[in-house]
Amino acid sequence: MGAPEEGPARHYLLARADFQSLFDALAREGYTTLGPTVRDAAIVYAEIRNVEDLPIGWTDRQGPGTYRIERRKDDALFGYNVGPHSWKGYLYPSRERLWAAHRSPSGFTVEPPEAAPPRYAFLGVRACELQAIAIQDRVFDGPYADPAYRARRASSLRIAVQCGQAGPTCFCASMGTGPRVGPDHDLALTELLGPGSHRFLVQVGSPRGAAIADRLPLRPATEEDLRARDALVDQATSSMGRSLRTDDVHDLLLGNPGLHRWEEVARRCLACTNCTLACPTCFCSTTEEVPDLSGDRVERWRRWDSCFTLAFTQLGKGSVRRSPTSRYRQWLTHKLASWQDQFGSSGCVGCGRCITWCPVGIDLTEEVAALREESSAKTAVSGGER
Amino acid sequence: MPRKGRPKVAVWKFTSCDGCQLSMLDCEDELLAIADAVEIANFREATSAVVEGPYDLSLVEGSVTTLSDARRIQEVRAQSRLLVTIGACATAGGIQALRNFANIEEFRQAVYARPEHISTLSTSTPIQDHVPVDFELRGCPINKDQLLEVLSAFLDGRSSNVPTESVCAECKRRGNVCVMVARGAPCLGPVTQAGCGALCPAYHRGCYGCFGPQESPNTASLIRRLEALGMDGPARLRVFRTFNASNPVFRAASEAPAGGNP
Ligand code: SF4
Ligand code: SF4
Ligand code: SF4
Ligand code: SF4
Repeated sequence: MGAPEEGPARHYLLARADFQSLFDALAREGYTTLGPTVRDAAIVYAEIRNVEDLPIGWTDRQGPGTYRIERRKDDALFGYNVGPHSWKGYLYPSRERLWAAHRSPSGFTVEPPEAAPPRYAFLGVRACELQAIAIQDRVFDGPYADPAYRARRASSLRIAVQCGQAGPTCFCASMGTGPRVGPDHDLALTELLGPGSHRFLVQVGSPRGAAIADRLPLRPATEEDLRARDALVDQATSSMGRSLRTDDVHDLLLGNPGLHRWEEVARRCLACTNCTLACPTCFCSTTEEVPDLSGDRVERWRRWDSCFTLAFTQLGKGSVRRSPTSRYRQWLTHKLASWQDQFGSSGCVGCGRCITWCPVGIDLTEEVAALREESSAKTAVSGGER
Repeated sequence: MPRKGRPKVAVWKFTSCDGCQLSMLDCEDELLAIADAVEIANFREATSAVVEGPYDLSLVEGSVTTLSDARRIQEVRAQSRLLVTIGACATAGGIQALRNFANIEEFRQAVYARPEHISTLSTSTPIQDHVPVDFELRGCPINKDQLLEVLSAFLDGRSSNVPTESVCAECKRRGNVCVMVARGAPCLGPVTQAGCGALCPAYHRGCYGCFGPQESPNTASLIRRLEALGMDGPARLRVFRTFNASNPVFRAASEAPAGGNP
């Protein structure tokens, strides 16, 4: 099977009854499968081995600062939207030992790094998440490459799943990152669930995806199956819960650091870091040396950091971004504006996690709209002058 | 350079439950390394041997609740090059600081069979209200890894790496599902300093605030959220008045009117 192409020739069908064969094929190819499962009142990502581990018949209900799982009326395997976890936790772990060294007669010796990278298969990667991984690729595999990230990324497999519905906090359509799964994946599945029929459209996106597909009991797809997939994409597009205007956002945020709205949102913001750490693209970290008590051995650890902490901008005389206002402004401005200058795309894929998982439900789409409104009101009053 | 000598370290107990000292004894794997690196000069939970001062480092557990506590902490300070308080009692007065909000005489009569034998101050105060403190290690009880970090930093003459960010940061790194968002459970994590590893949320409970306020706590906003989740004023007073009741930030949060702004 070669390059991904449209048309039924490159599309196959996998029956629901045969879905376990995908898990078995991944295991035989040496992958550790990570995917959605119900745990701790949410649909999280964890190691899974069997089709029964999937959130069969579950969905989620999300809003700003709230998330609940509930039963669906059907037995869909992938009938939910993105949850608290993202694949970032596997490609760029929240805590990672970078290296260790011990004292030696001649100075110090750096210990060899740990074993070969894990071979992960990510099952259930949504369109926005594929784009989030692509964004982190530009961060970690750009001019300042991170070898550990690159190794984990290179050995992992992305099995995408098409969203058939969007959630109330989703806005991928605004960000141009979804809901249609893009061509850059290893395998893409679309769950087709109708009266008396439950099957998966399988699209092959890479040679490694093809190696898995070769092990599955597939049959050819028809034009009708592709039309069913397109109808699901349309359904997801029309159920998009939120939207964000992007054409003016770069100049709007970078050009208006003094708007009153920044102060207003900072009165609600807890500076708790949840939004940045839940975000699938935020990449900031801090490193710390951890010596043992003898002082003869030291480890260097890296852990996720956030622009909402004071230590993030700690210099000799204290923190540069002392006010919560300046910290919220940093987050939003980096995410939506200066990210474009830095990496050539927005830092936001519209997944909605920062809205759902903010304990006080701060919604960046609402903040951008309010900032725009205040800015244009100001412009109108001052006769268009700046 | 390898280190020279073994500094003298003393552990002192004031009014407390001994839980923080027990956290030290809980460092089973590291106890030998600790004993190698420092001379334990005074540690009543672990040994009856007492070495005369002065001490290079004193670790102080507990709050000041009696006149003799108040006198003794002056002596400890005078004998110590560095003084580090460990735990919520030493750092914020502890749970026993609830007396600061009540009539101590009523407690004395209600609790003790022979109240005339009880000699006590009407308040429980943190060590820093009495003597200068070089570093405060928070928690109820303290986290043993943070204690080891403080000791190791002391041995190397560097500042210790004890983050002052929120519990939420640890909660997310741990991969917990937020109990406030997914269960509507009240949680003090967003206003509380990290250190416990987000233990309670990992077991589906909201954070109790054991480590005191984080570096920039926005209690007013959290209070509005807690109210939206159904918490009334008396319940809020109770959640902010536990181990750090006397901390000014938590005290103000316990007393703030509805809406959170003092
Ligand atoms: S900023 Fe928010 S919506 Fe955008 S990618 Fe990050 S978490 Fe998702
Ligand atoms: S928004 Fe903040 S935490 Fe996220 S990448 Fe930018 S600076 Fe880092
Ligand atoms: S925007 Fe929300 S999640 Fe982010 S730091 Fe503020 S309160 Fe926390
Ligand atoms: S459970 Fe509590 S500590 Fe954890 S993220 Fe939610 S609010 Fe923060």
